[in-house]
Amino acid sequence: MNQEKKAVISLDNIRRDFIVGEETVHALRGVSFKIYEGEFVTIMGKSGSGKSTLLNTLGCLDTPTSGEYLLDGTPVRKMSKNERAILRNRKIGFVFQSYNLLSKTTAIENVELPLMYNTKYNAQQRREAAVESLKMVGLGDRLYHKSNQMSGGQMQRVAIARALVNSPAVILADEATGNLDTKTSFEILVLFQKLWKDGKTIIFVTHNPEIAQYSQRNIFLADGKVRDDTYNNNILSAEKALAELPANDED
Amino acid sequence: MNWTNLFKIALKAISNNKFRTFLTMLGIIIGVGSVITMLAIGQGSKQSIQAQISKMGSNMIMIMPGAERRGGVRMGMSDMQTLKISDFNSLKEECTYLSAISPSVSSSGQLIFGGNNYSSSISGVSQDYLKIRQLEVEDGEMFDDLDIAQSAKVCVIGKTIADNLFTGGENPVGQIIRFKNMPFTVIGVLKSKGYNTMGQDQDDVVLAPYTTVMKRIQSVNYLQMIYASALTEGQTQEAINEISEILRTNHKIQEGKEDNFNVRSQEELSSMMTSTTTSMTILLACVAGISLLVGGIGIMNIMYVSVTERTKEIGLRMSVGARGIDILTQFLIEAVMISITGGLIGVMLGVGAAYGVKFFAGWPIAIQPMSVILSFAVCSVTGIFFGWYPAKKAANLDPIEAIRYE
Repeated sequence: MNQEKKAVISLDNIRRDFIVGEETVHALRGVSFKIYEGEFVTIMGKSGSGKSTLLNTLGCLDTPTSGEYLLDGTPVRKMSKNERAILRNRKIGFVFQSYNLLSKTTAIENVELPLMYNTKYNAQQRREAAVESLKMVGLGDRLYHKSNQMSGGQMQRVAIARALVNSPAVILADEATGNLDTKTSFEILVLFQKLWKDGKTIIFVTHNPEIAQYSQRNIFLADGKVRDDTYNNNILSAEKALAELPANDED
Repeated sequence: MNWTNLFKIALKAISNNKFRTFLTMLGIIIGVGSVITMLAIGQGSKQSIQAQISKMGSNMIMIMPGAERRGGVRMGMSDMQTLKISDFNSLKEECTYLSAISPSVSSSGQLIFGGNNYSSSISGVSQDYLKIRQLEVEDGEMFDDLDIAQSAKVCVIGKTIADNLFTGGENPVGQIIRFKNMPFTVIGVLKSKGYNTMGQDQDDVVLAPYTTVMKRIQSVNYLQMIYASALTEGQTQEAINEISEILRTNHKIQEGKEDNFNVRSQEELSSMMTSTTTSMTILLACVAGISLLVGGIGIMNIMYVSVTERTKEIGLRMSVGARGIDILTQFLIEAVMISITGGLIGVMLGVGAAYGVKFFAGWPIAIQPMSVILSFAVCSVTGIFFGWYPAKKAANLDPIEAIRYE
């Protein structure tokens, strides 16, 4: 489906070798796939499957040893560190497992952070963009709460708002629900599904197969290769799942 | 790169760690403060010595008889008879750079008044001597040209002499004192000048007309010294050159031959005196400079720890698009802000401490704008220098590892 849509991410035979001592470790052994605009993809795999390396590559934190990676049409492999930093700043929004908010810093300042490194935004535009993203994640009333005054779920919402603020081509979530309890996890999933419905492209890296049921497409990684790449015909609604949870779930 | 944003980021980081920032600053504060205070004390004592020397007559030039060879024998100064009254007269008439000139011959001996006697010396001078040595007659008057022409037996005495001879509270003016059995009428008392920096009592003087001392006491026709005063301090050297020229002509000294007189200025004396305080100032500045260095190392230490502690934050910044140079600049700005703020506080404390020293210990101080600017510049450079290494370390972090750092 959506074959006529623009490919946001295009991987062509990506290999990534690490030299550890005298041995060469092949973390990725020829990964190829395309992710189109507006897709919600989960990338799964056990540890050691090359999941993290793939995430680093997709996030332009790392460059492949061979193969070609086009992010929103831009070839990444031969880019310098600085060029990739700017590319990350404009095209990618990261959401991490441990939120990674700046301590003692308000929600709005945390969300503004990526725009601090973008000279195209002045202080006022930055503030407006940050307020808008925070409203999008449902924290419009907590703009000035500091990171230590918020719950895990709220912190992750701030992190998601931060990932949204630069209107990225793709949002990369790395185990974004890994530190949260079931209920909060579902709340975050509801948010991701809402963003997806708003047309955002989301890549969710996880080792939790349950999450795959709530996404549109599942890529399964094993031994540095794509084992399985399927579209989910029965996407579950996270909202419904949340409603069905026992009310006093303290898990 | 957006400087305003990096500045804001650095400011935020600093304000998040106020106490630590303060402790880091303390090194710089103490360093800069002590540099300022030490230099103020050093400069202050230097200036007070200079002021005392200039009180002695800053433009003063001394002309002394000099080396005269007689068949290979060098003569002692008191034996030298190369300066004559004629030299004094020609200098007085021909020299254009002099504002005052006075011959000087002195003789030591006992001064007697009634039952008191006091060992001192009597100086034969002209009226200009007062101007040259910056003396003032407090009571009575100075002798005049007529007294000089007549070799009158009159004298003007200093406070110390007055105090020692006139113990009964008599008014010295009009009294007759005896020197080497010769009666001198006291016609004036000098205003007290106290001790000079070399510990000489400047009030222990008896001034008489030089003609009187030469003819009546010493029976000599040469001068021991000529005192003169240049028009301004800046013209001292021209005056010295002119004096040398006139004296060489007078003494018929051929080109290339050694002078048989010496011309000295007060400047030489003052440079000799100040060299001691200069080395003291340098010593103090060194000690203070070391504390500034230690302060700088403190900054480096804290910044280094801070980079390690904030690895995750650096990783996050990099993953949202901060380049190495952005991180480097952020940490450098932090270091420089700490050192400059520390420097500012240090300058204020240093100035305060210097005035404290002046107020409580009564030491002379002089705060030179140069020392303030210098120590301020040094601490900014310290910030950059010692901030560079930790900042570079931060900028070189691998974002992949940094973001997962625990």
